[in-house]
Amino acid sequence: MKVLVPVKRVIDYNVKVRVKADGSGVDLANVKMSMNPFDEIAVEAAIRLKESGAASEIVVVSVGVKQAQETLRTALAMGADRAILVLAADDVHSDIEPLAVAKILAKVVADEAPGLVIAGKQAIDNDMNATGQMLAALLGWGQATFASDVAIADGKATVTREVDGGLQTISVALPAIITADLRLNEPRYASLPNIMKAKKKPLEEKTAADYGVDVTPRLSVVKTAEPAGRSAGIKVASVDELVAKLKDAGAI
Amino acid sequence: MSYQAPLQDMSFVLEELCGLAQLSDLPGLEDATPDMVTAILEEAAKFAGEVLAPLNATGDAAGLGFADGEVTTPAGWKEAYQTLVEMGWNSPTASPDHGGMGLPAAVNACIQEMFNGANTAFQLCPLLTQGAIEAIAHYADEALQQTYLAHLISGHWTGTMNLTEPQAGSDLAAIRSKAVPEGDHYRVSGQKIFITYGEHDMAENIIHLVLARLPDAPAGVKGISLFVVPKFMVNADGSLGARNDVRCVSIEHKLGIHASPTCTLAFGDTGGAIGYLVGQPHQGLQYMFAMMNSARLGVGLQGIGIAEHAGQHAVAYAADRKQGGQAGVEGSVAIIAHPDVRRMLGLIKARTQAARVLAYRAAAAQDVATRSPDADVAAKAQRRLDLLIPVVKGWSTEMGNVSASLGVQVHGGMGYIEETGAAQHLRDARITTIYEGTTGIQALDLIGRKIARDKGRAMGELITDLRATQARLAATDGDALDWAAQAAMVGQAADALEAATAWLLESGHQNALLPQAAAAAMLELSGICLGAWAMADSALAAYARMTAGDGAAFLGSKLRIAEFYRTQVFPQAQALRMQVTMGAETVLALSPADLGLAL
Repeated sequence: MKVLVPVKRVIDYNVKVRVKADGSGVDLANVKMSMNPFDEIAVEAAIRLKESGAASEIVVVSVGVKQAQETLRTALAMGADRAILVLAADDVHSDIEPLAVAKILAKVVADEAPGLVIAGKQAIDNDMNATGQMLAALLGWGQATFASDVAIADGKATVTREVDGGLQTISVALPAIITADLRLNEPRYASLPNIMKAKKKPLEEKTAADYGVDVTPRLSVVKTAEPAGRSAGIKVASVDELVAKLKDAGAI
Repeated sequence: MSYQAPLQDMSFVLEELCGLAQLSDLPGLEDATPDMVTAILEEAAKFAGEVLAPLNATGDAAGLGFADGEVTTPAGWKEAYQTLVEMGWNSPTASPDHGGMGLPAAVNACIQEMFNGANTAFQLCPLLTQGAIEAIAHYADEALQQTYLAHLISGHWTGTMNLTEPQAGSDLAAIRSKAVPEGDHYRVSGQKIFITYGEHDMAENIIHLVLARLPDAPAGVKGISLFVVPKFMVNADGSLGARNDVRCVSIEHKLGIHASPTCTLAFGDTGGAIGYLVGQPHQGLQYMFAMMNSARLGVGLQGIGIAEHAGQHAVAYAADRKQGGQAGVEGSVAIIAHPDVRRMLGLIKARTQAARVLAYRAAAAQDVATRSPDADVAAKAQRRLDLLIPVVKGWSTEMGNVSASLGVQVHGGMGYIEETGAAQHLRDARITTIYEGTTGIQALDLIGRKIARDKGRAMGELITDLRATQARLAATDGDALDWAAQAAMVGQAADALEAATAWLLESGHQNALLPQAAAAAMLELSGICLGAWAMADSALAAYARMTAGDGAAFLGSKLRIAEFYRTQVFPQAQALRMQVTMGAETVLALSPADLGLAL
């Protein structure tokens, strides 16, 4: 079974995010970028399926700017077999919206015919949490989102989902879309030999136009602002006062 | 706060100042293209920051267990070592013929700096293994290589260096350990002290490289041979056999690197440890010297790594700690706003960056020296490397100590409290100016083997490069930086090195002790002058990137740090030049009584 894993290049989770002066978005110039952490989990899940024999090939795909090839190389170094880069923007600041990404991925799926797509549940830059679901709708495939456990057997995926108030286990017929949640696994480090081997793995370059998908944004960003800073606290004189304040605030 | 490898500066130095693109043209280094190196360094940085750094303080606090000859490393140490081995970080430069990755020494310098910066006590284990690998790869016969190399390179086995004995420290001529031939091997006996990772629980086997004397050995340094002595014997099929006659009798209680076992090893208490001769008899010390460059570069990188970590610690605290007011600001300000704090942080930053350039340039010279197909180019690079090594080792580690001390100072009283973490850097740094040759030994190496022996040729070549940088600075305009002042700095640096070298060569004819009395000052002068050259070259490279349209804030910082170096660090060069050329007689004139010895 072939597994397709879409990965997104996003601002590194360690970077202190700065809003551009004009409020049009986040400043990404000269900022460290990395693979979306949920996508790392998705890549890891695919590699584990391959190691267990459930998957035979892992194809990673990224939609975005040229530099996303670094992100794809990271996935190849972790253990993916080959990569597809779909160039859809020149400027790191132009975000490709989930629907456009899902449309491109649907075309990639049509070409590649994977038995399973594992995506991150959302990207940490704009937290849309939409691409996996949209892709499922476009393909007419089943979806199992927020996965914290995945088992493949008899043409089905048994997926434990993290839902409000607990865990839900569902079974979806393959092919299907799974989106990875935080606790699905802990991604591995790429080893030095694998980083060096990754360079020799195939990386195919395409464009959004090759797939006939228009990536023009349909949404407009009205404003981007930093969250309000923490306001000053107060000192309480006694434990009783602390308890009273917490009760007033509805915390206890 | 946790250590974060300074990836931006590392890549900048490799690409702009070490000619990474040209290095990857050298035979065997074809894979080390800049994009590949970026990927490697990013992954190494993850390992340093996420695996090694969190164990630094916990390992220091927990220390080592020792009972019945067995050393127990702190919690998490074994697992981290296992990850290091699995990820292939144990020996990045080792030859692909034995399972190594064959990376450039210049790239390995970055990796070693970050692993040492994250956790010096841990990284000492791979550092020693790398030394053992080099010794066996270069000098041992095919059979020994087949038996030991692959396991040492992977890290499944670790290596040690057994030089020091109680009466033989800096002077290895006094070594007494013995090796007696017996069939195809030798029986080694004697006591070795200060053996780093001489015993531990992280790997299946430990391969000791031991200096000892054969029965017919001439006295002194010309009678020392090198032996491989495994902790566990290796069977013909490669499996591990009986325990060899080598035992850890104690571990030291030290000022720093608490989690690194410093062992006293007893060889041959029950009949003699089985050992195998490396290379030819009586050549042991020569083999050790051949490995010295890598080992000393490694320790220099410890100084730089610790300085970087101490600086990160201090700057985070200075940005957080609020004390005192400032005109025009309501309430108290973060102490980083105070000029003296900023000065201290600037000193750490500027000298760390300068030392980094020198260390990586030395490593790049090593790559050229060992791989260039052009014999003249290779020979020149070897001269450059040999000259830089004592400066990199001596100056970087002294700089590491000063930086860690400044790091404590920035923290104020909190810095003196162990839980803050700033003190550990200072304690850990303290050994780096001592082992692998003290600063005094580095200084003697610099003025003797590296300057006097070739009559100042290598230093002359280096000064020529300084003059070239001076000329480039003089030809640069634009108000981003006072280029004329930078040119003057590098010119003065070249003048000072020239004058000091001339004095050393001349005074040595009068009295051999005179250059020795000036050696330490010469080492520091070299560090500061070559650091000036490094910072000026950095400024030129940063400016070139800026004018090409690169808007990274880091580049502007480079210019300001170069300017800070010129006014806050470089002025010491004039004083040191005087110390070298005018101060030696006064050292020799001091009698033991002057120093307080009751006669």
